[in-house]
Amino acid sequence: MANIMIQQGAGGGLVFYLPKRDLEASIESIEFDTPDKWGGELKLDNGGTYYIDPIAKPPRLPISLRAKRLGAAED
Amino acid sequence: MSTMTREETEALIAEVLEVYPEKAKKDRAKHLTANDPSIEQSKKCITSNRKSLPGVMTIRGCAYAGSKGVVWGPIKDMIHISHGPVGCGQYSRAGRRNYYVGTTGIDSFGTMNFTSDFQEKDIVFGGDKKLAKLIEEVEMLFPLHRGISVQSECPIGLIGDDIEGVAKKSAVVIEKPIVPVRCEGFRGVSQSLGHHIANDAIRDWVLDKRDGQPFESTPYDVAIIGDYNIGGDAWATRILLEEMGLRVVAQWSGDGTLAEMMNTPKVKLNLLHCYRSMNYISRHMEEKYGIPYMEYNFFGPTKIIESLRRIAGFFDDSVKEKTEAVIARYQPMMDAIIAKYKPRLQGKKVMLYVGGLRPRHVIGAYEDLGMEVIGTGYEFAHNDDYDRTIKEMGDATLLYDDVTGFELEEFVKKLKPDMVGSGIKEKYIFQKMGIPLRQMHSWDYSGPYHGYDGFAIFARDMDIALSSPTFKNLTPPWKKVAVEETLKAA
Repeated sequence: MANIMIQQGAGGGLVFYLPKRDLEASIESIEFDTPDKWGGELKLDNGGTYYIDPIAKPPRLPISLRAKRLGAAED
Repeated sequence: MSTMTREETEALIAEVLEVYPEKAKKDRAKHLTANDPSIEQSKKCITSNRKSLPGVMTIRGCAYAGSKGVVWGPIKDMIHISHGPVGCGQYSRAGRRNYYVGTTGIDSFGTMNFTSDFQEKDIVFGGDKKLAKLIEEVEMLFPLHRGISVQSECPIGLIGDDIEGVAKKSAVVIEKPIVPVRCEGFRGVSQSLGHHIANDAIRDWVLDKRDGQPFESTPYDVAIIGDYNIGGDAWATRILLEEMGLRVVAQWSGDGTLAEMMNTPKVKLNLLHCYRSMNYISRHMEEKYGIPYMEYNFFGPTKIIESLRRIAGFFDDSVKEKTEAVIARYQPMMDAIIAKYKPRLQGKKVMLYVGGLRPRHVIGAYEDLGMEVIGTGYEFAHNDDYDRTIKEMGDATLLYDDVTGFELEEFVKKLKPDMVGSGIKEKYIFQKMGIPLRQMHSWDYSGPYHGYDGFAIFARDMDIALSSPTFKNLTPPWKKVAVEETLKAA
C-alpha cells in the first residue's frame, strides 16, 4: 500500500502522483467513474497499474488516497 | 559548427563514453541523450534521480544541503541548528547569498552558523542533552528569534538520537516552535530528497499553526514559493507582482519569516518558481486548502511577459489592466537592453549544467539576447523536470543528467561553446581551458537575475564574461613565440 495523490491535469485528464518515489504520470483509464462509485483499477501511461478502493466521487481534487500496486511501471 | 544533427550528437556521446568499463558505460549511457522535442515523456529518452556511480566525479550535494542550505536556511528570523559535527554547517555558511533585511545576530540569523559541534562522547552517549542545552543557550543569547529548526547531520540518524522528543520538550520551555528535520546527509541520492524532507517538515510542524486565526485577506493575496532571493531575486520578483496589484503575503523562503509561512494557507494563489524544491508543499496546499499553484518563469522579457499574463489570468480585470500597463512600461527598457547587447552576443553558444530550475528557465533569457543553448543538464532533477526541459530545448541538442566531471569536460572540448553556465566547481577548469564561465548557482556574486531589473544585470554580466579580453591572453608569451615560429616555418 502506498500513499498517492490524484489531481486534475492541465489537459483535463487525471494525474497520478506518488510522493514517496516522486513519480508523476497521467491516468489513462479509471475503472469506475460515476458520482457514487469512483476508483478501482487505475492504468497509468507509464505502464503501471494501481488499485484504489472505490469511493463516492470526491467533490474536489487533488485528493490523497491509499493505493495498492498491481503492476509496476517499467523503469 | 552551429547546430549538430542527431547522429553527430549521438556519436559524440558514444565517443565520450568509450573510456568507461562496460558496466559503467551502460549505466551512464542512460543519462545522456540527444534531445527530441516531440517526445512527451522524458523517461523514454533519459534516466534521472538515480544513485551516482562510485568512482566518478559527481557534483551533487546531500539531503542536509537540500534542507538546511536551500529550503530552511533562508528563513531569516529562525535559528537553524546544524546538529552534528561542526563542518557541515561551517563550510556551507552564507555561501548561497540569500539576501535579507534585518540585523544579523539580533532579529535575523541568515548568515550565522549554529552547531552542536559533536565530539566523540556525543556519538557514544548520544547528543540529546547537548541539543537541549544548546536550545536553552540560544534562547538566552538571541531572545528575539522566532523559532528553531534542528537540521540533522549524518551521525544523528546513525546513532538514533530522538530529536523530535527534545524538540517537543524544549518548545514548551521556550514557548517558541522548534522543528526537528530528519535531513541526514546519507538519505537519498542527492539534495533533492532533502528538499522533500524539508517540505514535509514544514507541512507537519509549521504550515497549519495559524489555521483558524483571523487574517485580513484581500482577493489579491499571493505567495512567492521557491524563490531564495539569491542576490535579491525575490525582491525583483516582488516589485513586479506588487505593480500588478497583487499583495505578496509570503516569500518562501528567501527573505522569508516564520510568520509568513504560517500565513501562506490564506493566500489565493501560490506562485511556484523553483518547481523541484517546493512542488511538494504546493501540492499539499492545493489539496488541503484548495490553493492552486502556478509555475512561472521570470528570466528574460519573453518569459516574463508570458508568465505575467498567465498570473493575471487567475485574477479580475483590474489586475489584467495593470499587468498590461506594467508590460508596456518596461518594454522600452527591455528594447534598449536588447538593442545594446544583442549585437555583441548574437549567435554565441552556451552550455549549462546547474540544479533546480535554471537549466530550463534561463534558456529563454539567453534566446532573448540572441544566444543559443547547445547543451543543458541537471544535477538532481527528476523525470518531471526533463518533461519540461525537452520542450524548451532545440532538436538534437545535448541533454546530460548528473554529468560526471570527465564527461562535462569532454563535451565542452568537443562542442566548443562560447560560454559555460555552471557552478564554482567547474569554473576554474573551464576558464583555464579559455572558456568564460558564469556561475549560475548564485550568479557569480552578482544578481538579481529575476524580473525586468534582473534581466538588465543578466545581459550585462553575460557581456562582461564574453567580451573580457582575458581569454585572448591565455597563451603565455613564450609559447606564443613558438606558435608563431612554427607558423612561419610552415
